[in-house]
Amino acid sequence: MSQATVDTAPLKRQKRNRVLLQLTCIAVSLFMLIPIYLISLAALSSRESLNAFPLSLLPTSFSFETLNAFLGSTGVFGALGNSLIVGVGTLLLSALIGVPAGYALARFAFPGKEPYQLFLLFARALPIVVLSVPLARLFLTVDIYDTTYAVILLHTALALPTTILISASVFLGVPHDVEEAARVFGCSPFGAFMRVVMPMALPGIAAASIFTFVMSWNEVLGASILTLDHRTLPAQVLTSLADSPLAYRFAGGFALVIPSIIFIAFMRRYLTNMWGSTIR
Amino acid sequence: MADISISNLIKTYPGGTERATDDVSLHIADGSFTVLLGPSGCGKTTLLRMLAGLELPDSGSISIGGRDVTYLPPNKRNISMVFQSYAVFPHRSVRYNIGFGLQMAKVAKEQIDKKVQWAADLLQLTPYLDRLPAQLSGGQRQRVAVARAIVVDADVLLMDEPLSNLDALLRLNFRSELKKIVQDLGTTTVYVTHDQSEALSLGDQVAVMRKGRIAQLGDPLDVYDAPSDRFVGGFIGSPPMNFVDAAVTPDGELVVGDQRLMAPSLLQSFGNHSIVLGVRAENVSVAKERASGHIAATVLVVEPMGSTILLTVDVEGQTLKVQAPPSFRTAPHQTIWLGFSPNTMRFYDRETSMALEAN
Repeated sequence: MSQATVDTAPLKRQKRNRVLLQLTCIAVSLFMLIPIYLISLAALSSRESLNAFPLSLLPTSFSFETLNAFLGSTGVFGALGNSLIVGVGTLLLSALIGVPAGYALARFAFPGKEPYQLFLLFARALPIVVLSVPLARLFLTVDIYDTTYAVILLHTALALPTTILISASVFLGVPHDVEEAARVFGCSPFGAFMRVVMPMALPGIAAASIFTFVMSWNEVLGASILTLDHRTLPAQVLTSLADSPLAYRFAGGFALVIPSIIFIAFMRRYLTNMWGSTIR
Repeated sequence: MADISISNLIKTYPGGTERATDDVSLHIADGSFTVLLGPSGCGKTTLLRMLAGLELPDSGSISIGGRDVTYLPPNKRNISMVFQSYAVFPHRSVRYNIGFGLQMAKVAKEQIDKKVQWAADLLQLTPYLDRLPAQLSGGQRQRVAVARAIVVDADVLLMDEPLSNLDALLRLNFRSELKKIVQDLGTTTVYVTHDQSEALSLGDQVAVMRKGRIAQLGDPLDVYDAPSDRFVGGFIGSPPMNFVDAAVTPDGELVVGDQRLMAPSLLQSFGNHSIVLGVRAENVSVAKERASGHIAATVLVVEPMGSTILLTVDVEGQTLKVQAPPSFRTAPHQTIWLGFSPNTMRFYDRETSMALEAN
């Protein structure tokens, strides 16, 4: 017998399964991508083409007219500014508090470390409405209601658990002996942190900060409760959504989606790293 | 350059019950190379880290060059260190890494460049100066760590198992290179290792540690030749020292099982005692024919090592490792005769495991 008959069925099955897997991936991707495509298409077409029937699914009439109209409508520009102020303010404040807290969690053993990590998450366990109403009362008494500060404080409280836990895991990824080497070769504790630990942790911290920014950019409920005239963009869009033209809605949606998309493109690498490491 | 004085150093880690270092006192002479040797968990790394200021002792004192540094932070001690895991700064170039200590000491730029170039030449790193550590092999990274440690003008150079992450051949080559570099430098060096061959080959003095205490301190060859207790003899040497239960008869003869051995005069004062005989594998002579003073043994395993043959033999129910010349032909189950020369035999107390001294 020169050649045994080989049963190739498993090989064929493996090939078929691979094809099926690819098709599933494509289907899931389309499920996510089509709405984004449609909203971008609508936001970037002229107003007339939006009303045309049947709606063209290809970018035939590319224009900034709809987007311009949206940005030009009352309150939107101010809200965009507010969103930026709140986003950046939240980012800075939560980094200022969260990064040292994360460092402490990663480097030091202290009594109550485990409960502390658990309690961190409790801020997120409460619904935002439950948090916002008492906060609104409190802010009214200390006279910062309807300011961007109020929203920054709320968003910082919401962002801190993730900022702390993410930066803790980032600092865990910075080997302790590198820090010790810096100390041995003449750095003070703060100097070692700034010269060696921080540069190594920076990509991860940046990722956490962008995460915070996007959280703040997208948060709508608390922002609507805590402000009246100084709305952030999502809160502004939400309140004026019901009585606004179709084009406004598309352009608003587009303006809200874009930062998240940029965020994901920017963060892809770090996100997988981040959740891959555990906090001890 | 400076000497180091350690006295009564006690350290217990938080949450730990055993002392990591238990009342350790040690003097390290200016310019000497001292190796702290011991199994993992013996406190050798803790001791080194206390010298570096990375751990603080509970009590006791450390002084470097007469200056008390017990509770000084690492950056105020004028020390230098090579870490086991290299601990090079991954986000900066090799050049920056090597010059880091000098830059922290605010040395002039030209001076730094000169020193970095000197260290890079010495450690064959010149072609890699502008690379990132990630682009180097493990051996090269450890060279960077050594270069970084030798450019600074430190009083004391500390090394924490610097060779243990390298593969066997590289380790052997780098070991002799390291010895030459440190010799030329002349800095007081403390070197931690669990590898007894490193300890013997590098050190001017070896401190064998066990359970937070120094079990024996001395010249490497003395420590090898005359271990102060069974632990040291069993830890140093490959194969480790053989220990055989034996007895001294009232008239001063040494008896293993039913066989008699020539006993050195040292044992006269231990008549009627049960003792332990310690002997190195290379100090046992083997013969196929019976000779006076030899004892019979049955061969269990024959392992040719190239330059020698390592035999595992059975003597009266006790197992020994002995070295035979490569020309010695034998096979399992054969009976051979072992000879012991009195001046290579060491004797230990059966209860305390401590070496017996003539008194």
